[in-house]
Amino acid sequence: MEDLLREYLPILIFLALAIGLGLVLILAAVVLAVRRPDPEKISAYECGFNAFDDARMKFDVRFYLVSILFIIFDLEVAFLFPWAVAFQDVGLFGFWSMMIFLAVLTIGFAYEWKKGALEWE
Amino acid sequence: MTVATLAFYLFACTAIAAGLMTVLARNPVHSVLWLILAFFSCSGLFVLVGAEFVAMLLAIVYVGAVAVLFLFVVMMLDVDFAELRAGMSDYLPVGLLIGLVLLIQLGLVAGQWVFADAAPELRTAVAPIPAEVENTRALGRLIYTDYVLLFQLAGLVLLVAMIGAIVLTLRHKAGIKRQDVLNQIYRERHEAVELKDVKPGQGL
Repeated sequence: MEDLLREYLPILIFLALAIGLGLVLILAAVVLAVRRPDPEKISAYECGFNAFDDARMKFDVRFYLVSILFIIFDLEVAFLFPWAVAFQDVGLFGFWSMMIFLAVLTIGFAYEWKKGALEWE
Repeated sequence: MTVATLAFYLFACTAIAAGLMTVLARNPVHSVLWLILAFFSCSGLFVLVGAEFVAMLLAIVYVGAVAVLFLFVVMMLDVDFAELRAGMSDYLPVGLLIGLVLLIQLGLVAGQWVFADAAPELRTAVAPIPAEVENTRALGRLIYTDYVLLFQLAGLVLLVAMIGAIVLTLRHKAGIKRQDVLNQIYRERHEAVELKDVKPGQGL
């Protein structure tokens, strides 16, 4: 247990450094940067977005579909991980249980391919 | 105080503060960002109890995918939240009532909490001793053999989620030209180009 945590110590130090550096950069921008906005500066450049505007706008629902399909396959891979690590211990039964799991998700994959959910029109 | 204890208090306080800010933040996008911080802190807490795999899963699946999806939905909703809040006083009594019921239930659970005598032995009977085997391998030994039914049910839940998302959101617009690669490859020259022998001085 102690050894495990000792291995994670560099990550903790890295985390502290990252937070510290982030704070320094943001505070430096607040303290040092010159801010003199005028209407010409903050107006949109040619056909760009307005600089200070409500960021909320309607997205196409298909972006949502792509991301939810991504999450599902992400989880599938997450299940594969401990299986691969413990592959020698789980035996034939464990192997086939994973194969059935993958087959079930392949049915879903075939369905989504056939439906054209992966295509962008 | 060791570094581990210090890290525990740091992560625990961050998790609670971030959770509170998730509820209290006025801007829903900020709420999601606080939620991501809460996930990260919980991931740190999991590492501290030795559950490496769950910690990494929390970072990859929750922060990397679920929280991004939340952000997405919040951006996509295009709801005027100030307007929503205006009607809050109407719903306040109902909300408070539900909160009170939940609080009482939690209190009952905490008050009645007893360990069965056999519970620790049963737990050690199934789970390997953490010192002997690392976390991911211990999980792998259990999930695919002892808990195979739950594992397969998880697969079915994922399948239902996949099909449900497609059925709910997939709309094909009519009259849109799609690229059919096979069709393009199998196109022959005589289908595409026609040579006409045109006499000089005459049109087609």
